Amino acid sequence: MSPRDAAAQLQERVRAAAAARAPLRPRGGGSKDFYGNQPRGEVLDTRCHEGIVGYEPTELVVTARCGTPLAELEAELARQGQMLAFEPPRFAPQATLGGCVAAGLSGPRRAAAGAVRDFVLGVRILDGTGRDLSFGGQVMKNVAGYDVSRLLAGSLGTLGVILEVSLKVLPLPAAERTLRLAMDEARALDSTNRWAGLPLPVSATAWTGGVLSVRLSGAETAVNAAAARIGGDALAPAQAAAFWEGVREQSEAFFDDAAPLWRLSLPSSAPAVPLPGRQMLEWGGALRWWKTGAAAAQVRDAAQRAGGSATLFRGGDRAGGVFHPLSPALAKLHRGLKAAFDPSGILSPGRLYAQL
Amino acid sequence: MGEALAVAQDRINAARQRQVAQALRAFLPARSVLWEQEDTRPYECDGLTAYRQLPMVVALPETEDQVQRILRTCSALGVPVVPRGAGTGLSGGALPPGDGVLLSMAKFMRLVRLDPLARIAVVQPGVRNAAISDVAAAFGLYYAPDPSSQVACSIGGNVAENSGGVHCLKYGLTVHNVLKVRGFTIDGEPVSFGSEALDAPGYDLLALAIGSEGLLAVTTEVTVKLLPRPLAARVVMASFDEVEKAGDAVAAVIAAGIIPAGLEMMDKPATRAVEEFVHAGYDLEAAAILLCESDGTKEEVEDEVARVREVLAKAGATRTTVSRDEAERLRFWSGRKAAFPAVGRISPDYYCMDGTIPRKKLGEVLNFIAAMEAKHGLRCPNVFHAGDGNLHPLILFDANDPDQLRRTEAFAAEVLEKCVAVGGTITGEHGVGVEKINQMCFQFRAAELELFHALKRAFDPQGLLNPGKAVPTLVRCAEFGRMHVHGARLPHAELPRF
Repeated sequence: MSPRDAAAQLQERVRAAAAARAPLRPRGGGSKDFYGNQPRGEVLDTRCHEGIVGYEPTELVVTARCGTPLAELEAELARQGQMLAFEPPRFAPQATLGGCVAAGLSGPRRAAAGAVRDFVLGVRILDGTGRDLSFGGQVMKNVAGYDVSRLLAGSLGTLGVILEVSLKVLPLPAAERTLRLAMDEARALDSTNRWAGLPLPVSATAWTGGVLSVRLSGAETAVNAAAARIGGDALAPAQAAAFWEGVREQSEAFFDDAAPLWRLSLPSSAPAVPLPGRQMLEWGGALRWWKTGAAAAQVRDAAQRAGGSATLFRGGDRAGGVFHPLSPALAKLHRGLKAAFDPSGILSPGRLYAQL
Repeated sequence: MGEALAVAQDRINAARQRQVAQALRAFLPARSVLWEQEDTRPYECDGLTAYRQLPMVVALPETEDQVQRILRTCSALGVPVVPRGAGTGLSGGALPPGDGVLLSMAKFMRLVRLDPLARIAVVQPGVRNAAISDVAAAFGLYYAPDPSSQVACSIGGNVAENSGGVHCLKYGLTVHNVLKVRGFTIDGEPVSFGSEALDAPGYDLLALAIGSEGLLAVTTEVTVKLLPRPLAARVVMASFDEVEKAGDAVAAVIAAGIIPAGLEMMDKPATRAVEEFVHAGYDLEAAAILLCESDGTKEEVEDEVARVREVLAKAGATRTTVSRDEAERLRFWSGRKAAFPAVGRISPDYYCMDGTIPRKKLGEVLNFIAAMEAKHGLRCPNVFHAGDGNLHPLILFDANDPDQLRRTEAFAAEVLEKCVAVGGTITGEHGVGVEKINQMCFQFRAAELELFHALKRAFDPQGLLNPGKAVPTLVRCAEFGRMHVHGARLPHAELPRF
């Protein structure tokens, strides 16, 4: 497929929608339609605006249009021995770069490498009136103006239609190894937090059902030394790759049942959360997936007590809103920002919070 | 002269001063409210000393409750408020308001909590950057961002400026190393951005607040991420007979899949100035030298150093030297870290730029700078955070010679425009403040500046928090544009650097 520039058509659509005050819902591959609150508005398919605009491996920067398939982008980076270090989940083969940034979701490497927002260097967007705006750029250090680029990450299409994104990329690790250790939850939390305080190349952790998986990534020598220190059994490389892919894409057995899936984002060292159901810990304890039928209020309360927040990620009763409620002060700032970017309120209204 | 200097000549309205000082004295002790000239004089500028203005009133709160009441009072009276940390900023972000309150956070000096298991430190904004690592050292941890002013600058100021340092390529900027910021909006509303978890619900207000130059909220507490201290570190120092070759060598290191902990470059005029000052052992015949640091486990460092040497040799290094021990590593760095004071010794004044460019444009931009040296008859040594493309050219001049000052301003403006033209930015880490506010007019288009103003109004509808900084008004840009057409430039001047 040859790259296509459809910025003008997209801009026309946004302008018309703004004039008519008709809600519009930017959408890439639709791989994350399940995520967030029920989207309103006519679909604005962004897949027509696609292609890598600039990629120079020695600059560690790639710039691509929103409709570029994530798989295609990552394959191109891999050909040059590089990667998106935040390991974004795709959830479907047709996932796009624009959707990845708008959803703001990061995968297993997040605790070690950073989140989507940490790698966003610049964006080109259409705001809610159809103005074509650019923020940030293609350089690592840039403090000119407010950091609108990072603000767009995770905004779920409510602030602007992301046209183009520049991301920092990193080299693929020279060596990787996954270790398996049997331990209970309390020990897994303690171990993963202690390892994170030592100069060890831990790039991902996942604990579920009494088994902790630890991935080491880096120089061969560093991986060897860390493996000797951590112990456990090494997984065969193909099996390890399949396992982490399963965690990233939520195709692992843990995710495979009808119970609602909650995402708890907590301080990594927070003690075990008392909820009924099954749990998977990631990010050294900072991300806790729960398969639970517990009432929303109970889950949110548990997360809040532990110093974090809870999102109803998949399934369950979504009528009350899936994201953790904001304090009145933050809700006011959110409404103000929404009005700054999208004064007629036409972009993905209600997807993030009912008032936005 | 520029607008800021013109403001500096504004008289302070005595009646207004009395009114505001009295309103603050209603709940603050006498030691916390200053208005006599001899008391307010130390606050008339930050690290950008060319811009000075006596503040109408200085407030020195000691508690969050006092900060809240100050903001409520100022908000009700419609008085501008400028927050200030350690005052080391290089872009005039803490230049006081002649008609408002300078809010010094210097008394917020407490380390609230350090949790070695969670690897976080909760600190008040007046805590010095380096002090955090000093305390964390007992647990084998440290705070990664290391601006050159780290012994003096405060974490609150780092948050306002999104400060960097020499290890950004591998360890990131302030925005990558801060988990949570607590503070107040201008109307005294308590707010918390981010979380001790890795993300928080809703928009990423933490990313927005960091680097907002004190225009959105006043910071009263910062939670930073601590990293395990690397077990070993060594520096490879390489010489090149052409500056472009050194630039290409940087690209070759990255192409080899190496992300060095630090990757710095200095040209010959810079190494010569430095060598006389600190005797770091630099190759004075080289057109440019690179300093490339590896850190990690001992084995990892040995591996990487060998690979770096090989890559640099292939890229045409005429000499490479590896630090043999910690003392030598620090000596190699001492020259780079002393670059600004060293240059300060060879010239009465110097002007430091902070543009960032795509690395591949290095040769083009350095040639451009060389052409500007000839055009303006001024020397300009270059130090460069080569790993992340952040250039610090230092224009040497004598501020007592008005014509040299004028030529320096023209030189600097042309270089910053060149940085934007090659796809870079006018400021990598020093901030816009008042210093580069006109250059914002060619970095951004009118609609983008309008959005910045709208965004600011979401936090501060009256425009009272650090007004006139960071984002120019469209009127100002229109005026600057006209002057630009006529070839005139607004003033820049000498800067003390550390």
